[in-house]
Amino acid sequence: MTTVVTENCKGCRFTDCVAVCPVACFHYDDEMLYIDPDVCIDCSACIPECPVEAIFEEDDLPEGQEQWIEINAEKAPDLPLIEEPMEALPEAEQRKADLGF
Amino acid sequence: MSSLGDESSPLRVAIIGSGPSGFYATEALIKSGLNVEIDLIERLPAPYGLVRNGVAPDHPKLKQAIEVYKKVAQNPEFNFVGNVTVGVDITAEDLQQTYHAVMYTCGAETDRQLGIPGEDLAGSHTATEFVGWYNGHPDYRDRTFDLSHETAVVIGQGNVAADVARILAKSVDELKHTDIAQHALDALAESRVRTIYVVGRRGPAQAKFASKELKEFLEIENCRPYIDPVELELNPASEEEINSKAGRGNKKNVEIFHQFAGSEDTGKPRICIATFLKSPLRLEGGERLEKVVFEANELSGEPFGQSAQGTGQTTEIACGILFRSIGYNGVPIPGVPFYDRWGTIPNDAGRITSEQGGAVVPGLYTAGWIKRGPSGIIGTNRACAVESVESLLADLGQLDADRPGREGLYQILGRNGVRHVNFIQWEKIDAAEVAAGEPKGKPREKFTRQAEMLAVANG
Ligand SMILES: Cc1cc2nc3c(=O)[nH]c(=O)nc-3n(C[C@H](O)[C@H](O)[C@H](O)COP(=O)(O)OP(=O)(O)OC[C@H]3O[C@@H](n4cnc5c(N)ncnc54)[C@H](O)[C@@H]3O)c2cc1C
Ligand SMILES: NC(=O)c1ccc[n+]([C@@H]2O[C@H](COP(=O)([O-])OP(=O)(O)OC[C@H]3O[C@@H](n4cnc5c(N)ncnc54)[C@H](OP(=O)(O)O)[C@@H]3O)[C@@H](O)[C@H]2O)c1
Ligand code: SF4
Ligand code: SF4
Repeated sequence: MTTVVTENCKGCRFTDCVAVCPVACFHYDDEMLYIDPDVCIDCSACIPECPVEAIFEEDDLPEGQEQWIEINAEKAPDLPLIEEPMEALPEAEQRKADLGF
Repeated sequence: MSSLGDESSPLRVAIIGSGPSGFYATEALIKSGLNVEIDLIERLPAPYGLVRNGVAPDHPKLKQAIEVYKKVAQNPEFNFVGNVTVGVDITAEDLQQTYHAVMYTCGAETDRQLGIPGEDLAGSHTATEFVGWYNGHPDYRDRTFDLSHETAVVIGQGNVAADVARILAKSVDELKHTDIAQHALDALAESRVRTIYVVGRRGPAQAKFASKELKEFLEIENCRPYIDPVELELNPASEEEINSKAGRGNKKNVEIFHQFAGSEDTGKPRICIATFLKSPLRLEGGERLEKVVFEANELSGEPFGQSAQGTGQTTEIACGILFRSIGYNGVPIPGVPFYDRWGTIPNDAGRITSEQGGAVVPGLYTAGWIKRGPSGIIGTNRACAVESVESLLADLGQLDADRPGREGLYQILGRNGVRHVNFIQWEKIDAAEVAAGEPKGKPREKFTRQAEMLAVANG
């Protein structure tokens, strides 16, 4: 079991999730965040923090999002760590509205 | 002129309580890049608070948060002062005179009371005691729990109630390779409990369980989770709750409850029954607990603001043991402001105030459960501690600069005849626990008496 960031985070990146992660396992690129499954302890703290419902427990993933398990696992370890919230991407508010949140 | 935190004048901070909030506050102070000296004072010889003594033994992955705290502890700015109880071994006033800033992160260590007749009958316990006992907390080492009756009742439907019910439900085989205390494992091996009721005062849509905790009940080898399907009928306001965004988790819970209701009887020896809309009125029994009398409730109020109203109808459950799991409560420390109603230290963004809504007391801060009240999971305390440290750092210019810090602390402890445990000594205890667990296939066998820990620490 692990916890994964999915599609909705793309171009959004509010990073509210990061503040409550007890073990610092979020990594980021220009687009979005990824969770390192080897570090994540599956505490679920980040899930309700995400304003666009981008984070899911592995066995709770909506249909068609399963590829994100691998994407998170592959990308996270090589990307820089993010431990404190940073500024949302400029288009984040618009993106949030577009996603219906 | 030098200012606090410069190379020549270290910022000296005492943090009281080495649970998650104490460690996250330490981490945030170290990350500030200032010159800091932190003494993390803990009443037990062992650090990590409820991650060691609360988080259930069969949830080892969550306990890995400790790896983060171990890393924090390796920083030269950090110093562990275990086996020192603030308010007993050293006064709050003395600490305030010794450090530039004192931050209380001492958690919520006692339980909330139901306030009903019979609450103190033999056989009526708090979840706090039971959790402390199975986790090997020295305070609860000598508690006994009579598990000879077939029916147990847990009052409350939060994650602690789920932990208590799960430990009662699992077989010893499912627990024996965890870090559960040996005395608990031995007692649970003799348990005759077959039916576990988990009773909520509100409905299925208001239960506070994390869905993940609920799902686990479907996987227990030894126990079938069950709910009478009739109990899953929701009133319109509850329907509205679970169909709104804010009710995402509650909706998942209700879905899992339906799985409970439809679960087949496959002959598992135990059954765990969730039941709703019942408030305990009184506990009855002669020498010891024999039954709980409940009043049936109905919900009233707006969605997300629904409360339980008694209907006057009563029901009973005959049982031999009861655990109330209705929340934790802070313990006041003499000399530190305390807000009785919430069981917390009154504060404004982590700055301790003289009373609820009162003036800020310079140099005193708080974080974690004692700041916010007993809710939130491990990670919640990180954001919380970061906020408090930000407040502290913003106040640097106003703190009284003339404080001896660690040296002063050690003088006072020496004068009071208190021998503390440092981190290297704790690491000895830690290693001895891991070694004691190994032959049993357990990640560790905890020392459950302070004297045993001290013997290893000083050996
Ligand atoms: C039974 C239970 C199970 C839990 N399970 C989970 C879980 O699975 N996952 C999760 O994310 N969260 C879980 N939590 C929640 C989590 O444990 C808390 O959010 C967290 O521990 C609170 O951190 P804290 O630092 O404020 O308090 P604590 O962890 O309680 O730490 C307080 C520390 O202060 C010390 N102290 C108290 N008084 C004094 C004094 N006067 N002098 C010196 N030291 C003192 C105590 O000994 C303790 O070490 C659980 C909580 C409980 C009660
Ligand atoms: N695995 C995990 O993630 C985990 C494990 C354990 C604990 N924790 C966390 O630790 C915190 C504390 O947990 P908790 O279970 O102690 O608290 P909690 O989640 O607040 O649950 C308390 C329960 O007691 C009920 N209650 C309160 N007063 C009552 C009364 N007078 N009569 C009857 N019922 C009453 C509440 O019902 P109402 O809703 O009606 O008030 C609620 O069901 C929570 O944030 C929890 O998530 C997490
Ligand atoms: S809160 Fe959600 S959208 Fe924002 S960074 Fe985290 S996962 Fe992405
Ligand atoms: S589940 Fe917990 S540990 Fe994993 S990423 Fe989210 S907050 Fe961090």
